[in-house]
Amino acid sequence: MPTVHLPAVLADHAAGNRRVEVAGATVAGLLAALDKAHPGVGRRVLDDRGVLRRHVNVFVNGESIRYLEGVDTPVGDGDEVQILPAVSGG
Amino acid sequence: MSEHLDVQSGDILLTVGTMKGAFLFAGDPERGTWRSSGPHFPGEQVYAIRFDGRGGRRRLLAGTEHGHWGAVVRCSDDLGRTWSNPAEGNLRFPAGTDAALQRVWQLQPAGEDRPDTVWAGVEPAALFRSDDAGETFELVEGLWEHPHRPRWEPGGGGLCLHTIVPDPADPERMWIAISTGGVYRTQDGGNSWKASNNGVRAAFLPDKYPEFGQCVHKIAPAGGRPERLYLQNHWGLYRSDDAGESWVDMANGVPSDFGFPMVAHPADPDTAWIIPLDSDEFRCTPDGQARVYRTRDAGQAWEPLTAGLPQRDAWLTVLRDGFATDGLTPAGLYFGTRTGQLFASADEGEHWRPLAEWLPPVVCVKATAVP
Repeated sequence: MPTVHLPAVLADHAAGNRRVEVAGATVAGLLAALDKAHPGVGRRVLDDRGVLRRHVNVFVNGESIRYLEGVDTPVGDGDEVQILPAVSGG
Repeated sequence: MSEHLDVQSGDILLTVGTMKGAFLFAGDPERGTWRSSGPHFPGEQVYAIRFDGRGGRRRLLAGTEHGHWGAVVRCSDDLGRTWSNPAEGNLRFPAGTDAALQRVWQLQPAGEDRPDTVWAGVEPAALFRSDDAGETFELVEGLWEHPHRPRWEPGGGGLCLHTIVPDPADPERMWIAISTGGVYRTQDGGNSWKASNNGVRAAFLPDKYPEFGQCVHKIAPAGGRPERLYLQNHWGLYRSDDAGESWVDMANGVPSDFGFPMVAHPADPDTAWIIPLDSDEFRCTPDGQARVYRTRDAGQAWEPLTAGLPQRDAWLTVLRDGFATDGLTPAGLYFGTRTGQLFASADEGEHWRPLAEWLPPVVCVKATAVP
């Protein structure tokens, strides 16, 4: 299964874990599984429609999914997926 | 500021939401001495925060919005020492609506006869209802399914349902206001809604008096006269004496009829206050003078109230929920600015004093006497 790395601020909502393993063949599937396993993380990363929030970035093996295939980017065993808050705000 | 507040019955509690957290201010019953706590939720936008003292509880309700992780409604029963932090969103658009919560604009307790009911107005424009005192919310389908909804357009602050006015005399009747959509009224507890904008101008549309689509900034129910409402429009000041069936212009003798908030006296139906801004192009106090305007005759005339407010080089902006009364007589008044000043008056606006001068941008001020 892919490994998902969470920012510290979200770890509290995943029983204190900064790394969690969830199944999924694409980023979308993986985020949906994450929502099911850790809803406190899920609702912060995905909006009510299940869409990735605007100011949240997801990287697969170090590359932003914005430059891959978005949430359709495939993931598999051994892939490292990072969720990070974007640089935004004021 | 202190870390926490304690209050006693009769104290005045001010809840102040800002773009970077919330602050609480507590005043003694004479409203002379104030203490404060905060920031609560540092860094989060808090467009709705208020105290709910119905049913024997002392609950704070806050709509908090994290820039990265979204919006949620949180509760505190110990004046902000601890807050609920729902793991799953407690105010969510149901599947099939293809909508996602952006911001909680308003939290409004229902009447005393329904002490567990709380209404929430949100962006995108929708009404939600809680029957467990603000812990979970459900979409009010009757408004969401309104045939006008696809034609509502976002104003400068987004497409928001920002005002909820339950009728204290009739639990089935309620008004809401949407920017831009206008005023809507229900008389059956929220199942059906009727546009109530007759006479309200929409300066930005080809048809200046449409059935709906107005950019209503705030409506306020007159104290002691349930059929009367006051309205601050995106250009225009109005009064309705027939429960919103029709509105009459009352912009008589004000420096500008543009502004955001509208506050009505809790007991005198002829008295209301506004804070005019120069224009929609220049949303600051006219002439660099901070002036609250008051009518004592239901809008036939307005007088400026300036004692204690800066009268030169004061380019202030007060937003739609930045001005409130505490519901007492004489009415205490409170307003916060986008530049972080918080002013208070204990005598219906005759005299003002600053309670804070360096807050983050203020977007919400509510006041109540603690039961």
